[in-house]
Amino acid sequence: MKKLKSPGELAALQAEIRAGRDPKKPCITICAGTGCLAYGTQKIIECFRQEIDKQHLQDRVQLRTSGCHGFCERGPMVVIHPQKIFYQRIKAEDVPDIISKTVLAGEIIDRLSYVDPATKQKIVYEHDVPFYKRQTRYVLGMNGDIDPACIDDYLAIGGYSGLSKALSGMKPEAVIEEVKKANLRGRGGGGFPTGWKWESTRKAAGEPKYIICNADEGDPGAYMDRSLLEGNPHLVLEGMLIGAYAIGSSQGYIYVRNEYPLAVHNITLAIEKAREVGLLGENILGSGFSFDIKINRGGGAFVCGESSALFASIEGRSGEPRAKYVHATDQGLYNKPTNLNNVETWGNVPLIINRGADWYASIGTANSTGTKIFSLVGKINNTGLVEVPMGITLREIVYDIGGGIPNGRKFKAVQTGGPSGGCIPEQFLDMPVDFDELAKIGSMMGSGGMIVMDDRTCMVDVANYFLKFLEEESCGKCTPCREGVLQMRLILDRICEGQGKEEDINTLEWMGQAIIDGSLCALGGSAPNPVLTTIKYFRDEYEAHIKHKKCPAGVCKALITYSVDAEKCTGCHACARVCPTQAATGEKKKTHVVDLGKCIKCGACFEACKFDAIKIL
Amino acid sequence: MHLSLDRGYAMSDTVTLKINGRTITASAGSTLLAAAQSANIYIPNLCSNEELTPYGACRLCMVEIAHGKRTRMVASCIYEVAEGLEVQTVTERILNVRKLVIELLLARNPYHPRLLKISHELGVQASRFKEDVKGCILCGQCVRTCREVVGVAAIGFKGRGRTRTVATPFDKAPADCIACGSCAYICPVKVIPLEDKNNVRTIWKTEFPMAVCKKCGRPFAPEKQLAYFRKIANLPENHFDTCIQCR
Repeated sequence: MKKLKSPGELAALQAEIRAGRDPKKPCITICAGTGCLAYGTQKIIECFRQEIDKQHLQDRVQLRTSGCHGFCERGPMVVIHPQKIFYQRIKAEDVPDIISKTVLAGEIIDRLSYVDPATKQKIVYEHDVPFYKRQTRYVLGMNGDIDPACIDDYLAIGGYSGLSKALSGMKPEAVIEEVKKANLRGRGGGGFPTGWKWESTRKAAGEPKYIICNADEGDPGAYMDRSLLEGNPHLVLEGMLIGAYAIGSSQGYIYVRNEYPLAVHNITLAIEKAREVGLLGENILGSGFSFDIKINRGGGAFVCGESSALFASIEGRSGEPRAKYVHATDQGLYNKPTNLNNVETWGNVPLIINRGADWYASIGTANSTGTKIFSLVGKINNTGLVEVPMGITLREIVYDIGGGIPNGRKFKAVQTGGPSGGCIPEQFLDMPVDFDELAKIGSMMGSGGMIVMDDRTCMVDVANYFLKFLEEESCGKCTPCREGVLQMRLILDRICEGQGKEEDINTLEWMGQAIIDGSLCALGGSAPNPVLTTIKYFRDEYEAHIKHKKCPAGVCKALITYSVDAEKCTGCHACARVCPTQAATGEKKKTHVVDLGKCIKCGACFEACKFDAIKIL
Repeated sequence: MHLSLDRGYAMSDTVTLKINGRTITASAGSTLLAAAQSANIYIPNLCSNEELTPYGACRLCMVEIAHGKRTRMVASCIYEVAEGLEVQTVTERILNVRKLVIELLLARNPYHPRLLKISHELGVQASRFKEDVKGCILCGQCVRTCREVVGVAAIGFKGRGRTRTVATPFDKAPADCIACGSCAYICPVKVIPLEDKNNVRTIWKTEFPMAVCKKCGRPFAPEKQLAYFRKIANLPENHFDTCIQCR
């Protein structure tokens, strides 16, 4: 491919690609995000290829392997364009039918369509699925139209037009002004205004200036950045290019964890393609602006998502934070002015330049504009990635998009902001979700993890889980984080084991505040949040553990016993069949019993009983 | 430390700030801790040493600075003085952090007088926390001394979080160690073992032969240390053949 030498040549190439494509030609888009690949999508892709070959449809049907579509709960899935027919949970055996019946004959295969569990209605088209319908998918929505390995796909939907616009008609200061006016805030957690950061870096003394894309996503259950980098790497590159032009940087880095092999692969490929066509390198689009990107693969330490630890890691030192009394915008990587933004933040930039700050600022709330991608996981029917305008309520996310709690159980809390965020109880379900509102109630936006919990989740146990994660991820440099989080966790361990003391709650609260005040970086500075918010909103659970030696949710093994409700037991023997220690026994059609001497409290009988006869006390 | 109290002028390389309401003048670029110490204002600390790069790890030296209408907690050993800055060194919030830190450190080292003195000053009787006696408080002074003062980097940190320790590379006999003992000397809680016996110094579980003074015949320094000195000192080759007394 020849190098593009001007914005005009880029526009011509985009037009040429579009002209060569027939919008009516059937295109089978199969989600090949990491989630769907784990379901076995690779095999299904092979089947599609073979079937297309077998029926000699190479010229009539297109097969596109795309990044994550978002509705991970229903994978493997395909969307058949141009109608956007949506098939879910497909198997390799379904492939011949999909091609013969749907692609060639336009017939809908009922068994593969999505049925809305709420209305029992069959839904044929992707855009009618409630999960998608209520989202605003400006950033993630492109994933379905793009094969991440194919730069043409990105160019066909107008890719790199934002860069072209910036380079051909806007001064760097005007680009910054536009981002400031759009009020874009950092999607990685802090919510710092992106335009201000860019301006500070541009104005800072020192050369060269660096820009970095932070793809060290590490929150348990969060995979927004991963899916964006895997599914639409050129969008992130375009954002970085625009940022580099605005800031005056010629060298960028992408710091991505090596546990994301597909993301590393796709972004590497995207960089190569962009260099080939002259969108990265010297004199981009004939503008005189030069920029290139290096990929740095991280070893997977959570703390390396913290900016100063990330710089240390890129520089080849161990990933430990330093005190941020000097801003990275003045002295960051190699002590040079550095602008660090998260994957999703970069992904929003082309939209702002393309469609204007006013359009962007009209989405969301006054102080939190645009959309935010959340990874909705835990006790939720529709596990997946959702992109919603800022200011949407938690209830809309959990119930309208997420489809509520599985098995009709009761909602208890949602953890936002990852391990350092907070657990938000039911009373705040109607609160608008944005940077400031979440902070007001003791949680935070974080990078967008959202873990839903039901009434069988013990909040003391949850707090303990997150602390354990942070204890292991603490770099160990400063005392409050290294020792304090460990000691808080030991206290929680004791509480969960029924050894809690009256003063423990006060001690935890006191320690929590002192750790927040005393820690060196944001990891320690927010580590106590899960404990503090669960104490704040679920104090009764802590008290039940400590005073009454009970775990109300029936989770903490030391505090529960299993027994059989004689009135409900039908003697079906299901419990006895699954019990690994022969503790649950009984004759068929007679009331069963659990021998507490043998019981290891694994909960298998509870899960197996269809008559609600196993009681946790 | 340049110090001039309330003279009514500021030299171009000094800044004037307020610590606990007192007006202090300090050289630009110095840390709050150094400025406070020069003005005889006590701030407890364990990982700070004026000969070493500021590190900010023990968090005992936290102070509060005015930050608009609110205040902000910073580690005084790494925060630079600034013109007009208002600093408080003893507030409830600060004391809470210091009490927590000393209690946490006592769980690692419940006996060293230096820790006991600080805990006494803070009114902490004993640590409430589960003891796991390791001795080392991970202040990093040994690691920084080895790297910055001695210039060899024979030891470093190993592991992360609660498994963090000071160690030699791969826990083997340290190839770069010159057995100078600076790490053991600088350690504020004296937990790095060093022994001189039978013309051998043992440090980091490694034995280093001692050189014998050519005049008086006494063993006076590890041979590796003298070899290192010969290399970097630019002195006559035989300068290090004799002990300091005989030189």
